[in-house]
Amino acid sequence: MNEEPQKANDDKKPPAPAAPESGETAEVKADPGKTHVVATWKYERPLTACRFDPLGRFVFVGAEDYTVQRFDMKDGKLTPLLGHESWCRAIGFSPDGKTTFTGGYDGRLLWWQTDADSPTPLRAIAAHNGWIRALAVSPDGQLIATCGNDQLVKVWNAADGSAIHTLTGHESHVYNVAFHPDGQSLVSCDHRAIFRHWNLSDGKELRTFSAPALYKYDDKFRAHIGGARSLAFSGDGKLLAAGGTTNVTNALGGILECAAASIDWESGKLKLLHVTKEKNRGTIWGLAWHPDGYWIGMSGGRNALLVFWKPDQAEEFAKFAMPEIGRDFALHPDGLQAAVAMAESQVRICRLTAKTA
Amino acid sequence: MKCDYACGTAEHGTSRRQFLGGLATGVGALTLGGSDSWIPVAAAEQLKQSQKRILTFFLHGGVSQLESWDPKPNTIWGGPFRSIATSVPDIRISELLPFTAQQMHHLALVRGINTKNSGHGPGQIQMTTGRNPMGAEQPHLGAVAAKALTPPSFSLPGHILIKGGGNSGGPAAYLGPRFAAVTLEDGKAPQHSQLPETVSGEAETRRQEFRRSANDRFAGRRRTADTDAYTLSFDQARDLMARRDVFDASKEPAREQERYGQSEFGQHCLLARRLLEEGVPFVQVNHSNYDTHYENFDYHLEQLGEFDRPFATLVNDLHERGLLADTLIVVMSEMGRTPRINPRYGRDHWGTAWSVCLGGAKVARGAVVGKTSSDGMSVVDREVDHGHLFHTYLQAVGVDTKQEFVIGGRKFPIADPAKGPIAELLA
Repeated sequence: MNEEPQKANDDKKPPAPAAPESGETAEVKADPGKTHVVATWKYERPLTACRFDPLGRFVFVGAEDYTVQRFDMKDGKLTPLLGHESWCRAIGFSPDGKTTFTGGYDGRLLWWQTDADSPTPLRAIAAHNGWIRALAVSPDGQLIATCGNDQLVKVWNAADGSAIHTLTGHESHVYNVAFHPDGQSLVSCDHRAIFRHWNLSDGKELRTFSAPALYKYDDKFRAHIGGARSLAFSGDGKLLAAGGTTNVTNALGGILECAAASIDWESGKLKLLHVTKEKNRGTIWGLAWHPDGYWIGMSGGRNALLVFWKPDQAEEFAKFAMPEIGRDFALHPDGLQAAVAMAESQVRICRLTAKTA
Repeated sequence: MKCDYACGTAEHGTSRRQFLGGLATGVGALTLGGSDSWIPVAAAEQLKQSQKRILTFFLHGGVSQLESWDPKPNTIWGGPFRSIATSVPDIRISELLPFTAQQMHHLALVRGINTKNSGHGPGQIQMTTGRNPMGAEQPHLGAVAAKALTPPSFSLPGHILIKGGGNSGGPAAYLGPRFAAVTLEDGKAPQHSQLPETVSGEAETRRQEFRRSANDRFAGRRRTADTDAYTLSFDQARDLMARRDVFDASKEPAREQERYGQSEFGQHCLLARRLLEEGVPFVQVNHSNYDTHYENFDYHLEQLGEFDRPFATLVNDLHERGLLADTLIVVMSEMGRTPRINPRYGRDHWGTAWSVCLGGAKVARGAVVGKTSSDGMSVVDREVDHGHLFHTYLQAVGVDTKQEFVIGGRKFPIADPAKGPIAELLA
């Protein structure tokens, strides 16, 4: 694999090989134990986020230079998306893949044409006072939900950017938000690992529940640490998983362990706290439900560790470590590839299958 | 009663008036080795009217200069926060300090600090004593201020630490325990300052009468500086117990408590105001913690979010109540934080190029001294260190830092003789 991305509009360099390994077919089944890196695409600054578009053509990354960058999965060609005035750690897409949404620490929500040659924002709204920490797109693509440091969750019309609901109730920064797969409701989680379940039809709060294992007040340093740094539903909507940290002994020094709380959606009670067999000093920055029926978490702290958890087992059945420090993770729509955004200014593309000759 | 010390020493060293260079010419000749009680009445009144005070905020762990006083948005290590305008044209500070930004015309910034140290312990010693941590222990700024600024017959401690996290301490070293910090743990009144429930008022009166009688009898024959110090400490303790409410911020009107907020730090700021209004010469408020090796930005958002409003409220209150002209304010840490952002979104220890905020007293309002490079890695203009700052703090409240303390016949320079004040900061 070519390790260097091609810059946009730079036709002097030969195209890099595509990320998928040649000779593989769509029938190949994921085998987490065989996970390996197939491409490493570098950018000039540390990365903060990554997401694949729904058609799997691109991986978008946020970077510390306030830009979003688009890597073409065919050849690693790099295209910048310039528009935010701070870091971007929230990226989403319309289900048809035509539109990309980005939320920034500048509080702005931007719309982009996903495959534009020279992307410019199609729409920009001042969505939050302070950081947008996460965004989610409803299963039917009609709604965008955002959350942030103003302790608010907001629901937007994806078609025109108009505000539909402003959901109040959280008493600390709201770290993450996710639509339930049935499209009828929304869940958000804050810094104190308090979850709020919202009815989308009227914007009313339906219930709250918590995951105490993911939160701690550090008496020594007088600092709060916790919350869902990643959030995902299982495919059938029966489980909600929140990734973060547990067993914190030094919040400011990052002496803690990665964990993901699996919550029974119907009862709102903790079903299982997923941890690692060997304690990993990291945070579950990314989390996804694999169509084959297991969770994939990415812990970043001392390395980038992909952890594969069956829903009924606390510890992983497979893992894959990379030496760099991961900051976000995304699962490709084909279920066979994953991306990890690294602090070391690169995105690694992994395949969850055996290597081919 | 005149003290004829049995040991023949004058333990008190240089008088308070002597340190106050600004007042020296107004009160006549100075007397080395004299007791505070020898200050003429007229001079004491003058001192009372212009009572100088120092209020420091110690942001434990090392606040990031990039997230506070020296932001560099959209530079290689600038981080996600933006800068905002302040009440002083051309001064911009981090967006994490919006209330402080409105008080900038009362404040000043030193942006070119290089303490050549990146450790917590050494940094704390440097910044609170003005010396490098080697050799004999040096007195804390609070002890020096208490020694130099405490009015005669002042019944409260001259050096108070309001501890909300962070370290205790505030050693007086050779100045003696009278000037060491009295710590208000979690903002509560000093330990053991309340009469035990088992001791009735009548019994307490009898106890004290007996103690005085025994003291007087002993002092008639064997009076020493030590016995005087003991007597003084008992009297101070009784005064302190009688005025215990001074340490209780809940005695402030509800509206005032609301203005400062219900956070621990907010209430500690209100307590600091209460103490300063009572004339306490030195108050330090700790705020913990900024040692953000991990998720620096989230924690600075949290900690400075708590710091900003109460601090700004206090600055404005001191101004509106006419105290700011005589009160030096300093916001310091033991060091700054690395411009380089580590892979865990943290910033590590950095003493090479960082900032302090100060204001009030003789500090030139709205001044900025020193400059760091565009990447924040080095000082490129007007580099200073803890020694210069220590001189500046004390000279801002009128202490002649070229003087020496004379303790037990030995001379101790008040501040590092090799350094001097940051002259352009002193109006």
